Amino acid sequence: MTKKKKRWLEEKSIEWVLIMVSVISILTTVGIVMTLFYESYEFFTVVSIKEFFTTLRWAPVFDPPSFGVLPLLSGTFLIAFLSSFISLPLGLGSAIYLSEFASKKARKIIKPILELLAGIPSIVYGFFALTFITPIIRSVLPDTSIYNALSASIAVGIMTLPMVASLSEDAMMAVPDSIRQGAYALGSTKLEVAIHVIVPAAFSGIGASFMLAISRAVGETMIVAIAAGQTPTFTLNPLESVQTMTGFMVNMALGDIQQGSIEFKTVFVVGALLFLVTLVMNFIAKFVIQKNREVY
Amino acid sequence: MKKKISYHTRLKRRLLLNQIFKFIFMSTIIVSIMVLAILVIDVLQKGLGSLDLDFILNMPSSRPERAGILPALLGTLWVIGLTALISIPVGIGTAIYLQVYADKKSWFFKALNINIANLAGVPSIVYGILGLTVFVQLLKIGPTVLAGALTLSLLILPVIIVSSIEAIKAVPSSITEGSLALGVSRWRTITGVVLPMATPGIMTGSILALSRAMGEAAPMIMVGAVGFVTFLPDSIMDRYTLLPMLIYNWTSRPQDAFAQIAAAGIIVMLILLLLTNLTAIIIRNKTQNRVD
Amino acid sequence: MQTKIRVENLNFYYGNFQALKNISMEIYENKITALIGPSGCGKSTFIKSINRMYDLIDGAVAKGSISFDEIEILDKNTDVVELRKRIGMVFQKPNPFPKSITENVLYGVKRHGDVPKIEWLALLESSLKKASLFSEVEHKLNQSAFSLSGGQQQRLCIARTLATKPEVLLMDEPTSALDPIATAKIEELLEELKKEYTVIIVTHSMQQAARISDYTGFFLNGELIEFGLTKTLFSTPKDKRTEDYITGRFG
Repeated sequence: MTKKKKRWLEEKSIEWVLIMVSVISILTTVGIVMTLFYESYEFFTVVSIKEFFTTLRWAPVFDPPSFGVLPLLSGTFLIAFLSSFISLPLGLGSAIYLSEFASKKARKIIKPILELLAGIPSIVYGFFALTFITPIIRSVLPDTSIYNALSASIAVGIMTLPMVASLSEDAMMAVPDSIRQGAYALGSTKLEVAIHVIVPAAFSGIGASFMLAISRAVGETMIVAIAAGQTPTFTLNPLESVQTMTGFMVNMALGDIQQGSIEFKTVFVVGALLFLVTLVMNFIAKFVIQKNREVY
Repeated sequence: MKKKISYHTRLKRRLLLNQIFKFIFMSTIIVSIMVLAILVIDVLQKGLGSLDLDFILNMPSSRPERAGILPALLGTLWVIGLTALISIPVGIGTAIYLQVYADKKSWFFKALNINIANLAGVPSIVYGILGLTVFVQLLKIGPTVLAGALTLSLLILPVIIVSSIEAIKAVPSSITEGSLALGVSRWRTITGVVLPMATPGIMTGSILALSRAMGEAAPMIMVGAVGFVTFLPDSIMDRYTLLPMLIYNWTSRPQDAFAQIAAAGIIVMLILLLLTNLTAIIIRNKTQNRVD
Repeated sequence: MQTKIRVENLNFYYGNFQALKNISMEIYENKITALIGPSGCGKSTFIKSINRMYDLIDGAVAKGSISFDEIEILDKNTDVVELRKRIGMVFQKPNPFPKSITENVLYGVKRHGDVPKIEWLALLESSLKKASLFSEVEHKLNQSAFSLSGGQQQRLCIARTLATKPEVLLMDEPTSALDPIATAKIEELLEELKKEYTVIIVTHSMQQAARISDYTGFFLNGELIEFGLTKTLFSTPKDKRTEDYITGRFG
């Protein structure tokens, strides 16, 4: 074999190895979709879609069982919604301060601290919610259950705050400096530049960061498994114990459920729902909101 | 009727408003920093009392005063080590393919990119379901260190791919072209020129991704990591527990004494995370200086 | 002839680098003063110090005195918000806000609140007319400013500045990003504007300075080499370096 041919063979085989390796990430998606939807399909041969989406009681391991997913959905969205009252304003405020008010030096100190906050595992926030936030809530509102949606929401809000801050700041920093200077040259205060020029110009990026943070809150597991409780309740009362989609999945995985049973399949059908909800939210954030941004 | 105010009164108001909001925005950051401080202090207060050498070297126990974390600590090292061995080569390989080999107009390239962006947003517990079905059950690996590491590898793969692509992009194309112009093959150029220059960036991204994996509990519950074992893993086909699993187990018990050892476990985990993050930051700073 | 701005012993530093050395000059009311010189000579830095835009740059320090009517511009207590309302600025590259044409022009007045709401429409029209843009955009005032051509965007930025009723206009190479036709339009415009405003224009083109200005200052390496009537400076320069520059021997 000639040297040239040998080298060509080497190049080609390496390219094929790299393609095979790259396919792993596509197989991951295919695997997720097939796993979730195969088992969900089997689930819906036993339970009707109508029962699943309209019944207000979720009790798959009770006798007789009930498969109404609404309590799990309401628990999930209650926590995601409440957490946004912390993550969105605090995250956006931090981003505005960092991008428009802070000196370079202050930014250099503050950003790593926010990164630290983002790097703390959710199990730690769960512990913090149960042993620190919940006692405080209960000392103010003694009727609150030990496991409640509010405490989990606060912790989820704190956890997703750095994400809002950093993505919003990126969006604001991406607004060209020339536009900022134009606003200052007309006699604007920093606040006016931020509110009337930069935030509107970065609106798509900021909106995407909000959407991604809420989607993250929907998929958050350990905080809610620890602090929100295991009672699927169809309620909007944040002081009650609720169960989220993720909380239910953890609870089932820890229990002793017969593989292949209908109870076991509920984990997959709830997982499929969770996957779809977060996928749609991420899709909206990345491809709908950000596609509409101004091009400078 | 609205009172008419003069330009100068208004100007004073605008300047005052500016100051007020500057303070408000600054407070949002101060609140975040204070939360971090309170969290750390709270954990230290609850956990420092239980943290000693015995705690590190003992087995878990149903009696909190004798309980330790050794199997969880070793389990974490086993799983994260194996995860690194699996995910880093796959991540770098995908990044090289995307950045150097792939035809950027092909559907495969576009599909891969969209796919990676979407995978990064999938909740970690969903990876747990995948791991349970494919690795534990379908491939019959069982609830072992290997199944756990494979699952975590898929979870952090998007992060490693994206940071590796950034690191490879940062290598000046003039250097790559210079090597290719000398008649060096594409693959030799990558291994000889591109990868050595991109290694610090790839390492930083990979270490940060691994440190995220180290704190994951949700997917590991799905793939059968247990909260309580009293033996040490010594092969990849062993059952195992992990620090976050043990912390979860202890946190969900009602007795106060368990909350305290849970806090002690959290301290150990946070120290591990701090060390890995510091390593990443040091690597990042060192290379930044070199480029400057 | 009234002095509008008096600069005395202005020294300017970016950290350790001295960008302006001991500049003293006078800017006369209702005249166009052009600043010329090779790139990096400090002419842009000079006009950035007149409306304190350098406040936005970390490590930039100005020493000396710039007086503007009764105000000392370099004084720390001088309010830059009001200063910049009175001294408007047009930049090298058009930088409209990502908003509608109307919103761009009315941006300043909405912040400053010095014109009652019922007069906004009239102000919008008069500002666009002064910038000779009105006829081109009157049918699409609510469209995004980004839909305009480069030359139109630059005139929109001029209109936006005029709408805040400044006394002085600073122009930092306002035509360098534009084609010859758009440049000619803006030069024509300047002739009109000087009736109402005092104009300082930085330009990369000596021909432009000779065409449009009453006074010219020549900057080199952070120093003001020569300053005087444009006619005199271009016909009988006193300094050898000025002569070399305007005859094209360097720069």
